[in-house]
Amino acid sequence: MITFENVSKTYPNGTAGLRNVNLTIHEGELVVIVGSSGAGKSTLLRSINRLNDISAGEIKVNGKSVTRATSSELRRIRRDIGMIFQSFNLVKRSTVLRNVLSGRVGYHSTFKTMFGLFPKEDVELSLHALERVNIREKAYIRSDQLSGGQQQRVSIARALAQEARIILADEPVASLDPLTTRQVMDDLKRINQEMNITTIINLHFIDLAREYATRIIGLRAGEVVFDGTPAEATDQVFAEIYGRPILQDELLGVGGVS
Amino acid sequence: MRSSLSQTSAHQPSSNAPLIDRYKRLATWLLFIFVLIACSIRTEVTPYQLVVGLPQMGSLLQEMFPPDWSYLPTIWGPMLETIQIAIMGTTIGGLLAIPVALLCAYNLTPNRWISIPMRMILNLVRTIPDLLFAAVFVAIFGIGPFAGMLALVFFSFGIIAKLTFEAIEAIDPGPLEAMTAVGANRIQLIIFGVMPQALPYFVSYFLYTFEVNVRAASVLGLVGAGGIGLLLDRALGLFRYDRASIIILLTLAIVLMIDYGSAVIRRKLL
Amino acid sequence: MKLDTDTLQRPISSRIRFWVIAALMIAIYYWAIQGMQFEGLQKTAGSVSKSILTGFLHPDWSFVYIPEGEDLLRGLLDTLVISILGTVVAAVTCIPFAFWASSNMSRQWAVSGSGKVVLSIIRVFPEIIVAILFIKAVGPGSFAGVLALGIHSIGMLAKLYAETIENIDPGPEEALLACGANRLQVLRYAVLPQVIPQFLSYSIYRFEINIRSATTLGLVGAGGIGTPLIFALQVRNWNRVGIILLGIILLIILTDLVSGWLRKRII
Repeated sequence: MITFENVSKTYPNGTAGLRNVNLTIHEGELVVIVGSSGAGKSTLLRSINRLNDISAGEIKVNGKSVTRATSSELRRIRRDIGMIFQSFNLVKRSTVLRNVLSGRVGYHSTFKTMFGLFPKEDVELSLHALERVNIREKAYIRSDQLSGGQQQRVSIARALAQEARIILADEPVASLDPLTTRQVMDDLKRINQEMNITTIINLHFIDLAREYATRIIGLRAGEVVFDGTPAEATDQVFAEIYGRPILQDELLGVGGVS
Repeated sequence: MRSSLSQTSAHQPSSNAPLIDRYKRLATWLLFIFVLIACSIRTEVTPYQLVVGLPQMGSLLQEMFPPDWSYLPTIWGPMLETIQIAIMGTTIGGLLAIPVALLCAYNLTPNRWISIPMRMILNLVRTIPDLLFAAVFVAIFGIGPFAGMLALVFFSFGIIAKLTFEAIEAIDPGPLEAMTAVGANRIQLIIFGVMPQALPYFVSYFLYTFEVNVRAASVLGLVGAGGIGLLLDRALGLFRYDRASIIILLTLAIVLMIDYGSAVIRRKLL
Repeated sequence: MKLDTDTLQRPISSRIRFWVIAALMIAIYYWAIQGMQFEGLQKTAGSVSKSILTGFLHPDWSFVYIPEGEDLLRGLLDTLVISILGTVVAAVTCIPFAFWASSNMSRQWAVSGSGKVVLSIIRVFPEIIVAILFIKAVGPGSFAGVLALGIHSIGMLAKLYAETIENIDPGPEEALLACGANRLQVLRYAVLPQVIPQFLSYSIYRFEINIRSATTLGLVGAGGIGTPLIFALQVRNWNRVGIILLGIILLIILTDLVSGWLRKRII
C-alpha cells in the first residue's frame, strides 16, 4: 500500500511539481497516471522511491515513511520497488544477465557485490525472470544488441529479479513502436495479475490507459484532477485532464488490431 | 517465480558460451598479472621500493624550497634561447612539412608510388622521440642551440606533416573540381583550391606543435642541445636544488603563458 | 562613384593590422635567428656526417646480443618493461584523480575544478624532469623511469578518464539507485561497466606515448636503451648508435602494431 499525505513539490526555480496530493494505492492495483507533459506524472512516480525529494507532506510505502527514511532504510525500501524507465537504463555494454542481476545488489553486502559474486540462486532467479518476459535465450548477449522492446523487457526482468512488490514504470513505452508497446504492456499486466505486484505506470496514450488500467489517476499542473475506474474515464474526462480536446497522437490507435 | 523450470533445460547449450568467455577472461587476467610480475622482477621495481623511495622524494622537495630567486636574472637569457629554438625548429619543420603533406594526400597525389613511400618516411620520422634526435645532433654539431633546433625541425616536421595531410584529405573536393574545370595547373590548383581550405588547419597545427616544442626545448639542454635545460642540468649536477626549482618554475610559467596565447589564437582561427 | 572605390580597397584598419602583424613576425624571426649560432658548424659537420652515415649503414650487429649483458635486446626489453610498468602504475593511480576531476561525480563545482587544475599542473611537467627528480630521490635506474612515466602519465590519463566519466549515460546509475543500491554498488554496476573499456583503450594509447618517452629516459640515467645510446654517442661509436636507433625504431613500430590491434579489439 502506498499513501500520499498532502504531498507537495516545488522545484528550486519556483515551479510547482506537485500540489497537495492525497492518494492511497492498494496492493495489486494497476494504476495508470495520465496527464499532459509537465503535469507532474514523473515527479509523482519518482517521489515514491525518492529519486525526487518532495518539499512537503509524507509518502509511506507499506506503512514505512519514505520521506523520513535514513539512507539505509531508504535503500531497503527501494529494494522492494522495481522501476522501469522510458530509456530502459541498461548498461548497454554488459550482458542481459548482468543487467538483470544488478537488480539483486540491494540484497547483498557491498563487499560481496564489489567482486561481482552472486549466489547461484540469484542467477537462477534472474534467468526465471527473463523467462517470464520470454527472452531467456538472450541471457548472455550484450544488451545493446537487443531491440528496444527486448531491452525494455530486460528492465522488467530486472524489476522481477529484484523480487519487487511494487513496480513503477515511467513512460515505459514512449520510445517503442506500437506493436512492441503492446507486448511490453501485456507483460506488465500479466505480471501485475499473476504475481499481484502493485504497478503504477505513467502513460500518455489514452486508449492504452483505458485498456490496461484498473484505476486511472489524472494529473493537471501537479494536482490530482481525476481518480477513478477506466469506465468512468470518458473522452470528456480526458479533455478536462488535458485542459483541451484529445489529440490524435494521444491515441496509440492499434487497440482494435490485436 | 520459480514455476516454469522445465523450460530452462531446453536452453542449456547456450550457457556454454559464457563458460568459454569466462575462461578467456581468466586467462587474460592471468597473463596480464604474469607479465606485470615478470616486469617488476626484471626492473626490480616493487611496491616495497615505492614505499621506501617516496620519503626521499619528500626530502628532495624540501631542498627545492625556497627557490633561489636571485638566480632569476641569470636564467632569462637561456630561457629566451629556449623560445628561439622552439620558434626556429617549428618554423623550419613546418615549412618542410608543406610539400610532404601535399605529396602524402591521396586526393592531391593519386599516384600511390609517391604517396605511400612518403607516408612511410613520415611514420619513420615520427617513431623517433625529440630527445633522441637532439642527442644525435649534439654529437654531430656539438653542444648548443643549433642541435636542439635541428631536433625540433625533424620532430615538428613529423607531426605537422601528418596532421596537415589528414586535413588536406578532408577538404571539400568541390573547389578542386571547379579549378580543374577552368583549366588550372597543379600549382594553381593548390594555391586557389587547397590553400584557402587547409591553411587555417595548418596554422592551428603549427601553433599546437609550437606549444609542444617549447616544452621539448626546455629539456633539450639536458642532452646538451641548448636552452634552459643546460642550466637545469648544471644546477642538478651541483646539487643546487633551489636553483633547479626556480628554473622549473620559470619554465612552467612560460609554458603556461605560451599555451594560453596559442590557444587563444587557435580558437580564433578555427 | 566614391562608394565603389571604398569597397574595392580593403578597409584601412585591416591593412594596418596586416602590416603590424607582418612587422611583428619579421621582428620575432629576426630575433629568433639571432639565437642560433650557425658559425663554427662547417668545420666538423662534413666529416662527422660522413662517419655517421657509414656508421648507420654498417650497424654493429654484434651488439644485438652479448651473453654477459648490457646489449641491445636487454636494453630494449628494459625500455619495454619500464613503459609497461609506468603505464600500469598511471592507469591505476589516475582512477581516483579522474573521479575527483569529473564534474558529474561531485555536487560541488569546486571539487572537480580543483581536480582539473591539479591534473593540468601534472601535465605541464615534462616527464624527463620528473625522471631527473626521481633519479635524485631513488637513484638512477629503471625504478626512477617507471615512477617518472607513472606520475607524468597521470595528468593526461586522468583527464581523458574524467571526460569519459562525464560522458556516461546517467540512466543505469538511476536504475541502480532505484533498486536500492548504495554508492559503491552504483559505481560498480552502473559506472564502471560503462567506462572500463574506454579506460583500457586510453591506457594502451598512453602506452604508445610512454614507450617513446622510455627510450629517452636512459639519456638522463633512468634506465632502458637510452643509457647505452648516450654512451655510444659520447664515444662517437656510430656503428653502435646505428644499431640502437634501428632497434628503437623496430620496437616502436612493433608495439604500435600490437597496441593498435588491442585497442581495436576492446571497443
